[in-house]
Amino acid sequence: MARLLEVEDLQTYFFTDEGTVRAVDGVSWGIEAGETLALVGESGCGKSVTAMSILRLIPNPPGRIVGGSITFDGLDLLNVSDAEMRAIRGNRIAMIFQEPMTSLNPVLTIGQQIREAIELHLGMNEDEATQKAIELLELVGIPEAEQRIQDYPHQFSGGMRQRVMIAMALSCDPKLLIADEPTTALDVTIQAQILEIMANLCSELGTAVLVITHNLGVVARYADRVNVMYAGQIVEMGTAVDIFKNPQHAYTRGLMASVPRLDDTEHTRLATIEGQPPLLIQEINGCAFRPRCTKVSGCHCSTTKENNPKLVEVEPGHWVADCPCCMTAD
Amino acid sequence: MTTESATTQGSSEAKFGETLLSVKGLRMYFPVTSGLFVQRKVADVRAVDGISFDVKKGETLGLVGESGCGKSTTGRAILQLHRPTEGTVNFDGTELTELKGAGLRRFRRRMQMIFQDPFSSLNPRMSVAQIISEPLAIHGLYKGAERRERLDYILNAVGLNPTYARRYPHEFSGGQRQRIGIGRALAVEPDFIVCDEPVSALDVSIQAQVINLLEDLQEQFDLTYLFIAHDLSVVKHISDRIAVMYLGHIVELAEAEELYLNPVHAYTRALLSAIPIPDPIVEQTRDRIILEGDVPSPLNPPKGCVFRTRCTKKDQCKCSDTVPVLEEIEPGHWVANCQCCMTK
Repeated sequence: MARLLEVEDLQTYFFTDEGTVRAVDGVSWGIEAGETLALVGESGCGKSVTAMSILRLIPNPPGRIVGGSITFDGLDLLNVSDAEMRAIRGNRIAMIFQEPMTSLNPVLTIGQQIREAIELHLGMNEDEATQKAIELLELVGIPEAEQRIQDYPHQFSGGMRQRVMIAMALSCDPKLLIADEPTTALDVTIQAQILEIMANLCSELGTAVLVITHNLGVVARYADRVNVMYAGQIVEMGTAVDIFKNPQHAYTRGLMASVPRLDDTEHTRLATIEGQPPLLIQEINGCAFRPRCTKVSGCHCSTTKENNPKLVEVEPGHWVADCPCCMTAD
Repeated sequence: MTTESATTQGSSEAKFGETLLSVKGLRMYFPVTSGLFVQRKVADVRAVDGISFDVKKGETLGLVGESGCGKSTTGRAILQLHRPTEGTVNFDGTELTELKGAGLRRFRRRMQMIFQDPFSSLNPRMSVAQIISEPLAIHGLYKGAERRERLDYILNAVGLNPTYARRYPHEFSGGQRQRIGIGRALAVEPDFIVCDEPVSALDVSIQAQVINLLEDLQEQFDLTYLFIAHDLSVVKHISDRIAVMYLGHIVELAEAEELYLNPVHAYTRALLSAIPIPDPIVEQTRDRIILEGDVPSPLNPPKGCVFRTRCTKKDQCKCSDTVPVLEEIEPGHWVANCQCCMTK
């Protein structure tokens, strides 16, 4: 059976005055219905651009999806009309943004903003939509929902606003929820509240979740599967246990070792990945991780575009970019 | 919290030297004013409300808590960037709250700060050489050719190539900019550095580089750190002792390992359990304490125990009358003695 979402060789480029930025350069992956997939990587590795590409929200110009295909529930998203795409956004694919402060409209009440999607996609009248909005706010744990739908976003705290965003996103019972750094702007105790609500509601509704984050703890707790991105490409994909317990790619291993853990008993020096991620404005030939690879001096990886590492399946469901250097342990 | 509390902190004495910094009963209120012609004070934001702690020479004291709990204000009040409303800050035998002008400036050389945001804390119109030399010029250190040498030395120490000295901040990445900020703090040979969220704006792999650098520099230059952050796993990694702050108060203070293994205050326990551990197998079995609600406003904090409004036992709780004080329950382990918060 086909997966809910299938991304095939997606390439999203930004054509700027300084040159072409290959933000996402040939990634292929998919999500099964109801599962939680995490997209992990450092800033600028193409996580958010991948998510924006799925919803066709890439600003054009300068950005353009130059190659590949995205199939959602049997529908080729890159070839549907704008009107059809609008009917999908916020309805069958919903999104939660990072900044709860800026992603709500400050001049509309919370109620108006939640009702908008319900009236548009589900064809309810105002009274029905209001009733539904109140139910949704109660679902995400906002007390006195009946009064609070008349409030404006500035009357809500950061955590409360993110709850409103979750209520809005889940209002039309989406098949897929994209959460782009949903809790990065929030405090840890609030972060725990929000993630718990999101995970519980999505598993009740059977919603698949694509969560974008750089917090490996959040990934370990909530994700079923993980895609690790580096410089616009996927370097490793697998189940959360595969990625955390048996990482194969040098970048994944480096990432895991560089995070201090709360349950470390001895003080050990943190492992680091020397150097910086490459600038995506230059074309990457060969393995993208090459300049930071610890074996760079003994590395015989090809530096031609044709020999870019491809994902190979090292064990069932566990894929790694097949750079021979990166795949051997130190 | 009384002023007598937390003056001696037991077992850390063996490992570290004498007390370098002693903060007692520190309060920092910011007035809220109102009125069209005459600005009248209508209320106070109680950012820091009576905290006391010591920092020993060569040690790292971590200060954790959520946004708005007063961590950064504490750091700034110690450096006299905000003049404390009440309380004393004793640095190496000198009372800083009584100093001003040139006398205070002399002490500023010994106490430096590293800021959170490597993008806004460097002047974009100054080259790296100017940024790092400015504090030397202000304090009249390393004149002439020596200053150039000092600059190269500092750049090497923070892991930057000395040939970068003529470049401007926009030419550097976030991690490199943070190194410039660290170099600027280090240039004047300080004894004590307040690190205010030095790694929270950085990516994971860069974060590790900067944490290691801070640890190396501490060893090399015999530095004492007050390390302020909201990420408890980072704080636990770098700190010898940790103070947990909530709404302007310290609720628990203990050695890093002890705080993790044996947290007593309800807020500390919730904070620890809220941080996911990057290990899916550990996470499957970990219990979580999910706190309800938000942090109350410091404009109108709850009476008595400040954690009262989010306490899981708030129905039976009778702690609205007495203000908890730090109590030493084990050598070196101090907890705000609210009865509700201390029982599991």
